[in-house]
Amino acid sequence: MTSKTKTSNTTTNTTTRRGALKTLGLGAGAAATLPLWARYSSAQSAEPIKIGFQVHRTGIGAAYGRWYDRTSTAAAKVINDMGGINGRPVQIIAEDDGTDPKRGAEVVEKFATQHNCDIAFGTLFSHVVIGSAPRAGELKIPYFVVSEGHHVASGMLNRYTLQPGITDVKSQVQAMAPFVSSNLGKKVTMIFPDFAFGHDHRDYFTAAIEAQGGEVLAHIAIPPTETSFTKYFPKIPRQTEVIYHVMVGPAVLTFVKELGEFFGPNRPEMFGFIDSLEAVDIASPGLEFLEGSYFWEGMPRYAQADQTPYDKFYREHVGVDENGASVSDPKDISTFAHMFGCWETLFTVKQGMEAAGYQGVADRAKLIEAVEAMTDIPISNEHPQGTKLFNGKTHQVFGPQYISKVNEGKLILQHTTSIEDTLYPDEVDYTTQPL
Amino acid sequence: MEIGPYILLASLEGAVTAAVLALTAVGLSLVFGVMRVVNVAHGEFFMLGAVLAWWVAQSVGGHPAVGFAAALVIAPLLVAAIAVVADMTVLKRIEYDPERTIVATIGILYIIQQVTLMTYGPDARPVEPPFNTRLAIPWFEFVDGKFQMYWPWGLSTTSYKLSVIAAAGVVLVGVWLMMARTKIGLLMRATQLDRETALAFGIPVERIYAIVFGMGAGLAALAAVLIVPIQQAHYLMGGDPLLLSFIVVIIGGLGSLPGTVLAAILIGLSDGIISVFFSPTLAKILATLLVALVLVFRPQGLFGVKTR
Amino acid sequence: MSDRQKTVLLHGGLLALLLGLQFVLPAYHHGNLARIMVLAVYAMGYNIMFGYTGLLSLGHALFFAAGMYGMGMSVQLLGATPAPAMIGGLIAGAVVAAALGALALRTADVAFMIVTLMFAQAGYLAVLYFGSVTRGDEGFVIQQAQRMMMGIDLSDATNRYFAAFILFALCLIAVLWLVQSPFGKVLVAIRENEERARMLGYDVFRHKLIAVILSGTMSAAAGAAYGLLFGYVGATFASVQYSIFPLLWVLLGGAGTALGPFIGTLFMFYLIDLSSNVTSAYMLIAGVALVVLTLFAPQGLIGEVRSRIWRWLP
Repeated sequence: MTSKTKTSNTTTNTTTRRGALKTLGLGAGAAATLPLWARYSSAQSAEPIKIGFQVHRTGIGAAYGRWYDRTSTAAAKVINDMGGINGRPVQIIAEDDGTDPKRGAEVVEKFATQHNCDIAFGTLFSHVVIGSAPRAGELKIPYFVVSEGHHVASGMLNRYTLQPGITDVKSQVQAMAPFVSSNLGKKVTMIFPDFAFGHDHRDYFTAAIEAQGGEVLAHIAIPPTETSFTKYFPKIPRQTEVIYHVMVGPAVLTFVKELGEFFGPNRPEMFGFIDSLEAVDIASPGLEFLEGSYFWEGMPRYAQADQTPYDKFYREHVGVDENGASVSDPKDISTFAHMFGCWETLFTVKQGMEAAGYQGVADRAKLIEAVEAMTDIPISNEHPQGTKLFNGKTHQVFGPQYISKVNEGKLILQHTTSIEDTLYPDEVDYTTQPL
Repeated sequence: MEIGPYILLASLEGAVTAAVLALTAVGLSLVFGVMRVVNVAHGEFFMLGAVLAWWVAQSVGGHPAVGFAAALVIAPLLVAAIAVVADMTVLKRIEYDPERTIVATIGILYIIQQVTLMTYGPDARPVEPPFNTRLAIPWFEFVDGKFQMYWPWGLSTTSYKLSVIAAAGVVLVGVWLMMARTKIGLLMRATQLDRETALAFGIPVERIYAIVFGMGAGLAALAAVLIVPIQQAHYLMGGDPLLLSFIVVIIGGLGSLPGTVLAAILIGLSDGIISVFFSPTLAKILATLLVALVLVFRPQGLFGVKTR
Repeated sequence: MSDRQKTVLLHGGLLALLLGLQFVLPAYHHGNLARIMVLAVYAMGYNIMFGYTGLLSLGHALFFAAGMYGMGMSVQLLGATPAPAMIGGLIAGAVVAAALGALALRTADVAFMIVTLMFAQAGYLAVLYFGSVTRGDEGFVIQQAQRMMMGIDLSDATNRYFAAFILFALCLIAVLWLVQSPFGKVLVAIRENEERARMLGYDVFRHKLIAVILSGTMSAAAGAAYGLLFGYVGATFASVQYSIFPLLWVLLGGAGTALGPFIGTLFMFYLIDLSSNVTSAYMLIAGVALVVLTLFAPQGLIGEVRSRIWRWLP
């Protein structure tokens, strides 16, 4: 492995390099074992662009991390097959953050000062991003996150932290309110985890549904690490028309199953964020009651009848079948509604580096400015989730949201929101901060 | 939901928690009582039980009941065997020194957890219950001075949940009979009372220790097999049972089996019922503080006898 | 050379070495060492209770978090600058430690472990419950502008290293002084035989309570410094895991030794950092290391050194 990679660094013959690069793309995990103490004096043309990939391999985010890993590896392979970035191959250097903010910050330091990565990238859970971002800003290493948290656009982070590949929870949530109030009902009860991610849902949706003339009858916050849920459901008021649910973590399946058992045959309308069932098979025993209920999806898990060629291309390269499961194991369900963010972010990095004429770490500031200058991002193989709009001031991307209905155990797309539904006034202008 | 049906529902849920907790905690209590060591890896034995149950049910196939029945037998035995190995290779060699045992079992905790992560993966996987019928429960109210029966919205349980409570009860009675009526139980109690005298009387204390450690782990695994059709097997699921069993064992009075069972029922039910009256996280805070304060003002536990 | 001189020489030598390393270490290890020094302060605080007084707490994250949030809240709500914020953290830690000590010291042994664990768990949940101010699990960032202390930017690598070094040096000297003092000797006497200490006329409860307060305040200092130097305050630091860490560090390094906590923290940090290059299940290696250490070096690294070579080690 090591000797092959070294060949790829020195050879100029493109075909040989390609072969070696395939080996490179084989696994980020393998890349992490390479000896990385070696310091290169200056950037040579064929030296890889190193992308430090912060991944939840262990801890409560591990189910997401595994798919973030696969998606990123696939995207890097496609980029390398396209000839790399500015003629240089891309190398993903993965490090586990343990879904822990302390380790996350340490990993970012490791990318910047030991692996000499060009950028840092990855990770989902907000606390890891928020714990890591200050270090990225101080070390002046661009930090591209795929977290869907509102922390980037809220102005809490810094100029070196960007979220160009996935929309944030504030825009996702507020875009749901018109559909819920006009199709499902106006009296809503919300069930959400009692931590910041759940509180974002609580605050933004409550405000949005009230703007639509609806109301939230009760907020039911579930303590983290809870494993049994039935005892909280009687707090749902009788006159509830719609249950709005979102849950994360390993206990999500229990949560949804117990919700079904609680209501029995006469449930109200249900609207959930797919986070409640991410990486879980909708056809699992006990979930039959979900038939006819609605879900937000970041990107439709099941290939739809009018599947775009981009969606097809993306599934094929990541190795996901039409049901959103791994092609090698149909029981291995992907985190389809989130992981596209890794794919799109890596291509945004590619576009940014090409626009900035990126050569090496000295050009990091130029890369930030190039990404900040982006606006319209049309749907394509590189951006299969949909056409997006990037806001350079808030470092946050905006895009379509999907609402699907469970039909015969599959999620069928019912409604796609417009980008306008997801916009809100800027809360920060990062471009005023020094680079 | 009105307060009456709500409390009934919360109690039913609490009873399931209590049943599983009682089994897990009795395992920990046995180990603590007889061996005088704190097994921090106890929660991981619980987790292993759940994971192995998934694996057995998966490999057996056929009707869910067949796989589940197989898991009910195989998983606890396998876990007990693993625990016996850990006892003989590690705990015995450090001579059951209380502090070193804590560190060693923290080490074992990480080893079990990470090996599970490497082999089984990070997913939460379900085991299908052998049977699972939703049972709606009626409630009574006074209308015009007469009793009237009605079916409150959401007041229900499942046949499986009820059978978990029953199964835990049967196992607990079995453990009690074993301790009270059998020779091995007698030897265990003798070792618990006085290790030195037991040795002097020719009781194979080391073998007793290995058996007790294996039994403790096996009980935790059995509890996990019972709960896994309701919750899912996940490599990090051992944390909560460990914390809760600790609490239960201490509240019940160290090493006292009836005390442990009573404390499990108390903790399980109060967890359910407190959540009726307070917002969920606040309920958790209050329940936790309550346990701490009970200990502060009754360090021997609620049902323990003061030793000094 | 007297034992006292040897002690001064060894620990002074370590401090001089740490000061000198500032100029030669590559950036990555430079940053790591700053982090390790802050965490070692946490471990030293833990060691006062566990190593010297014989009180095994499973709830020290409560103190670490009290310091961190005492500091963070002063910055966030009162707009405090780092120095007063740091003092805010210390006060929070001392108050929490005094309250916990007054209650928990009524118990002993395993009950003490559980009571501390329970209070820490309640503290963790309280951070989540008051999410509107604490931002719950997500936590919040201490911005660079809020980390300027008298014109010194604490987010700068060199300044951070010095700040961590000064804190570490102060705490190490304080611990050395403490264990040589009559008060420290009483603590060790309580650890060795509480009944005898009581019969000799010492107020055991008062001594223990002061040990808890000292330990809690030092842990809080580490928490406050950690938030200030690395710019993040979050609920994770109040979770059970962070109560177990100092126990591990201290046991690895050697309980009841002045250097043990630092060595244990250093060893564990690099064990995880290096093994994460090899496997994602790096905690497996940590687990194996723990088992091996308990089998072959039960007194921890420095503890073994003390019992075999340098018997004079404090």
